[in-house]
Amino acid sequence: MKAEDTRYYIAIEKDTIYLLENQTLYLTGTLTLRRVSVFSRKMIKELKSSGLKNYIFNFDKLESIDSAGVTAIFYIQKQLAQQGIKIRFEGGNESITRKIELFRPEKFEEPALPEKVNLFEKVGNSVSYFFSSYVFGFLTLAANVFYFAVADFFRPKMRKAGEVSNQAVLIGVNSVLIVVFMSYVIGLVLALQSSGQLRNFGANVFIVDLTVIAMMSQMGPLITGILVAGRSGSSIAAEIATMKVTSELDALQTMGLNPIRFVVIPKLYASLITLPFLVILASVAGIVGGATAAYFYLDITPEVFINRMGNVMRNKELITGFVKSQVYACLIVLTGSFYGFRVVRGAEGVGKATTAAVVVAISLVIIADSILGLLFY
Amino acid sequence: MTRNKVIEVENLGASFGDTRVLNDVSFSAYQGEVTIILGSSGCGKSTVLKHLLGLYPIMQGTVKILGQNVAELTEKEQLELYLKMGVFYQNGALLNSMTVGENVALPLVQHTHLPDHLINDIVYMKLGLVNLENAFYKYPSELSGGMLKRAALARAIALDPPVLFCDEPGAGLDPISLESLDRLIINLKELLGMSIIMVTHEVSSILRIANRIIYLSKGNVLFEGTLKEALASTEEEVHQFFSVIDDADKVKQK
Repeated sequence: MKAEDTRYYIAIEKDTIYLLENQTLYLTGTLTLRRVSVFSRKMIKELKSSGLKNYIFNFDKLESIDSAGVTAIFYIQKQLAQQGIKIRFEGGNESITRKIELFRPEKFEEPALPEKVNLFEKVGNSVSYFFSSYVFGFLTLAANVFYFAVADFFRPKMRKAGEVSNQAVLIGVNSVLIVVFMSYVIGLVLALQSSGQLRNFGANVFIVDLTVIAMMSQMGPLITGILVAGRSGSSIAAEIATMKVTSELDALQTMGLNPIRFVVIPKLYASLITLPFLVILASVAGIVGGATAAYFYLDITPEVFINRMGNVMRNKELITGFVKSQVYACLIVLTGSFYGFRVVRGAEGVGKATTAAVVVAISLVIIADSILGLLFY
Repeated sequence: MTRNKVIEVENLGASFGDTRVLNDVSFSAYQGEVTIILGSSGCGKSTVLKHLLGLYPIMQGTVKILGQNVAELTEKEQLELYLKMGVFYQNGALLNSMTVGENVALPLVQHTHLPDHLINDIVYMKLGLVNLENAFYKYPSELSGGMLKRAALARAIALDPPVLFCDEPGAGLDPISLESLDRLIINLKELLGMSIIMVTHEVSSILRIANRIIYLSKGNVLFEGTLKEALASTEEEVHQFFSVIDDADKVKQK
């Protein structure tokens, strides 16, 4: 195409050739979504290279146009305006002109871009958000939960009848099998791995000390904490999050019922009651696992194992296990509830809250285990 | 003049377990018309819609959309048909992980080869049509119920589909937003020749936009005809449905 020509053709596709005469481009046929990609690309290229500064798009022979077609002609106009090329539109039947009027993008305000934030501001905002939203939010929830846990202890009317037992079954009883099995396996492996070293020093019988102390003060509570955090922490978060997105929590509030008292407190009571028992079961299962390994690899009979156990077991181990179970129970329920109450964005939010609750609850259990381990050392 | 049928439903039947939901539903919808599917709650409207959309397998009867028998389509043909259908879900059904702009752009990005800037312009325009230009960078969770619906409509018409299915688009909208939504639907119908199949209970909206009424009752088509015929219908249930207009007139006269 040459600028000095007064009449020539622009080929867009095999079956789409437009006449350009005295700066007027006669659009023909249809200009719909299927065609606009090639149309806009080729048209911008051709008109840019022509050297002309003014064009008229004539729609008299255009049969049909859709919203994408209308957007495309304005898009071409906008793109070429940046090169100093002006395009004017003219003609077209009533349907075409009405469509152009309806779908003309420039009549709509272009949305303002979200404000750009620099790196320091971003870091500052994130730190501030973390403390104000997570730390402060968690502590506020903890304060509320502990206050109501004490205040409602003798006021069963504040919760659904039988809810504590129901939650005890869900959180505690239903976890028994997995906790016992995993503890047995870990006790077995722990003793098995240690047996080789102990045999080298002829200290076979110390397998009992190792297994009992490790299981009662450390591994039993930790295994229980991690498994309950994974199992019940997620279900607490999912339950509360679902209640929030389906407005059940709002309904409770507008009925004059505090969601923390009604939903969270029974779970806390149930966890505080059942976790010590789970820790005891985990410890016993782990010790049985250790005894199994001791019998098969170190020839320590169950009688010897039990007799030695009596010398090793101290009240301190029992108290350590109990205190840990109580701390874990609080952490699991608080974390699950915290993420449940924070949920936004419907079903997707429920999934995110559940995942976050599990990860954070397990992490907190491990951190608490380390701190308590040092305190009770 | 023969009108083109965009949808033909013949003897459609459906059951969920032992519960019979649709008995023998037959009706047609025509090109460039707004066809309203009406009926009391539980009459099978949503079930009919889901059969039309290919979301439920057709166990009895035939459903033809744009001349194609839905039950006999291959996966590829079904996909091609979906590109000719826009669907507006009652709750919006926007993808929460994407901004409103990305939601509307999704079909354009996936099914066309348009440059990004042009896609953005089309999205601005579509959002502008539903008065939501400023929601481009917002997430669905940041929108109100009415705004969600309008954004969902923008997405449904992203590809200028010849057939648009709407499931209760007016529910929860204020009368002013509803009126502007109706105006947009009329424009889509008149300018783009779009055929619109709509499930709605908004009588004011029906009076403004409907060409054809399909009234379902207990899994059967109780009435099929033009809006004018529906208003003059002697079928008790249909008459009762539209009697709200008389009630409004009585209130005005008081």
